Amino acid sequence: MKVSLFITCLADQLYPEVGESVVRLLHDYGCEVDFPQAQLCCGQPAFNSGYQDEAREVARGLIRAFEHSDYVVSPSGSCTGMVHHYYPYLFENEPEWKAKAEALVGKMYEFSQFLVGVLGVTDVGASFPHKVTYHPSCHAMRLLGVREEPQQLIGAVKNIEFTDLPRKEDCCGFGGTFAVKMADMSEAMVCEKAACVCETGAEVLVGTDMGCLMNIGGRLNKEGKPVRVMHLAQLLEEGRRA
Amino acid sequence: MGDGGQKVLEPKKAHSTGDTGSGHTGHEPETSPIGSGLKKRTKEALKDDFLRKAVAFTTDKLRGGRLKAADEFGDWETWRERGRAIRQHTISHLDYYLGQFADNVVKNGGNVHFCHNGDDAVSTFMDIAGRHRAKLVAKGKSMVSEEIHLNHHLEEQGIDAIETDLGEYILQLARETPSHLIIPAIHKNKRQIADLFEADAGRPFEPDTKTLANYAKQKLRNYFLEADIGLTGCNFGVAESGSITLVSNEGNGRMVSTLPKVHVVIMGMERLVPTFEDLEVVLNLLARSATGQKLTTYTSILTGAKRPEDLDGPEELHVIILDNGRSEQLGDPIFQDVLNCIRCAACLNVCPVYRNVGGHTYGSVYSGPIGAVLTPLLQQDMKEAGTLAYASSLCGACYEACPVKIPLHDMLVHLRHRKVKMKLTALPERIAFKVYQTMFGSVTLFKLATKSAYYLQKPLARNGFIKSGPPPLSGWTQSRFMPMLPKQSFRDKWAALQAELAAKPRNGAPAVGGDAKAKGGGGHDAE
Repeated sequence: MKVSLFITCLADQLYPEVGESVVRLLHDYGCEVDFPQAQLCCGQPAFNSGYQDEAREVARGLIRAFEHSDYVVSPSGSCTGMVHHYYPYLFENEPEWKAKAEALVGKMYEFSQFLVGVLGVTDVGASFPHKVTYHPSCHAMRLLGVREEPQQLIGAVKNIEFTDLPRKEDCCGFGGTFAVKMADMSEAMVCEKAACVCETGAEVLVGTDMGCLMNIGGRLNKEGKPVRVMHLAQLLEEGRRA
Repeated sequence: MGDGGQKVLEPKKAHSTGDTGSGHTGHEPETSPIGSGLKKRTKEALKDDFLRKAVAFTTDKLRGGRLKAADEFGDWETWRERGRAIRQHTISHLDYYLGQFADNVVKNGGNVHFCHNGDDAVSTFMDIAGRHRAKLVAKGKSMVSEEIHLNHHLEEQGIDAIETDLGEYILQLARETPSHLIIPAIHKNKRQIADLFEADAGRPFEPDTKTLANYAKQKLRNYFLEADIGLTGCNFGVAESGSITLVSNEGNGRMVSTLPKVHVVIMGMERLVPTFEDLEVVLNLLARSATGQKLTTYTSILTGAKRPEDLDGPEELHVIILDNGRSEQLGDPIFQDVLNCIRCAACLNVCPVYRNVGGHTYGSVYSGPIGAVLTPLLQQDMKEAGTLAYASSLCGACYEACPVKIPLHDMLVHLRHRKVKMKLTALPERIAFKVYQTMFGSVTLFKLATKSAYYLQKPLARNGFIKSGPPPLSGWTQSRFMPMLPKQSFRDKWAALQAELAAKPRNGAPAVGGDAKAKGGGGHDAE
């Protein structure tokens, strides 16, 4: 099975280890993974700020980059959600591009969605002897409908001490440009989220979106809290090597 | 999408007041400007621990109630879809249903007044009050009356208006406006309420719900009997019969609409359902979504004025139907659905922004996610009110909670787009997104930019983090650290990773792929 990785700009630049974990895992499950170098960004920062023309041009680049891929897998529910939920709308007045956008939607998956839904894997044979809590990302849940998959994957990990996050479905306050533009609102939200994480006593906070994890992790760091934030792919892949 | 609406024609039998042409009342209460004051109001609200505790406590309770009620009801998604379909059908044919509704109100001895804007509605009410030489108006809860600042106008005319909903009554004593669609005084705690009553009664009060409610009941009872006019809102008008539906948990709605000689209803033009069958669906959705009740304690369905054989009821019934920017949304492919709202406040109760800053921060009558969308649309003001569209992290909790599936999270993004199209965003931001488009349009430029950023970040680094930075980065670093860009990005590492994998045997049994395409990457359809 040929799979293209859509790394997302954030993970590419700030969290390269997330992409490495995704690739190693997919490789182990028989996927031939490639990485189209032309990919850059899905356009979400511009789209969510109201700059739809700019987002559309950036989206064209992403569509072109994956035109010849069979499957596209991304370690972000937010960027995948952007493609699924808004790309057809972005190109509604350009039939040719709309068809291309829909073709991308049809083959693009968030990482846990692909692992569980396409590969049919829920137990990757990982062991992770730590206390872990999980923050479900808004866009994975609400734009993509990814709810069970990450929980199933975490649930199958051996020796893990899993603890449920209070108020888990509340947004962490990242929201892309929202975090900077409405800094005070965002701060109130991330403080509450960080407090919920600390309340669990977890050593590790796992998630499926580096935007949220950068936000919550950044707050935990500022508070000097010894909680490690990890993408689900990192946890599973580290756990397989354990 | 609906099949588009028509501009509403005034049904023949309804008489209407003239059109004064101005869009708004022009009598805004004294608050900071909606948009430019947003950040200031946010800061103030975030410093108010009482407010935050009170709002968080009540919204949590309501939110839990909604989930439980939806669960007990069973098949919630099917009901939501029915609710959406009923509302969308009604709004798509609003001219027809308004005509039918108005005809039936008139048939049953009522009067209908179509009002183009707040000024129209206020002067219509004043005409009625003038004809009856009204001195005292007993009010049921009505957000539309807040929308047109009716109390303010009544006060100017020397007419006493008494709020009879407990929350509204508390706010009247405090001289404040509601901060929630269904719990107007959600931002007040019992101690604060007791203090208000102490000032009113000149005696001490225990901050206990029963004591406080009893005091208000005693006070209000006389007003029901003395009022010249009873004013109510309308949760749903039923087109097939011309009935007004009022839901309440305090029973004041029944008193206000039946005891005074004159009953005036004020409602938004979208607040209709075609039939009683439809009413059953929306009432179920409304109560469960709003408070987690199966039905509210009181559901009053009032049809027409008092007939000769009736024991009680108002001798005169007036229904004021307000446009005030609503018809502007009809036919809009993106925003028409905002009129589907049934004012249950479920979106407020799940919104993490609302939870933290409360309703007054929004600077307008309608707050929370629905307010952030509705206010700029009704006021047709993207410059100031349009700023509310940014008071959201776009988490989508509002859409998920909405019993009639209004895609508020999409609408917020489209409002921002409208602001951009109207060139109302700041020039540095416009330039920034042009730069973004250019940079993310070329791999070469992107690499150049990110490599430059790697070196530029060095002076800002402290122990592996950026802990403070110049604007706009300061918006981030005021509350969290920023990770440093590592020396190698994923794309830099790709070649080495490929080589590593080429030399490595696969160490897991290849799984049999499921029917991938059938799942098609899921996602809800908010179109």
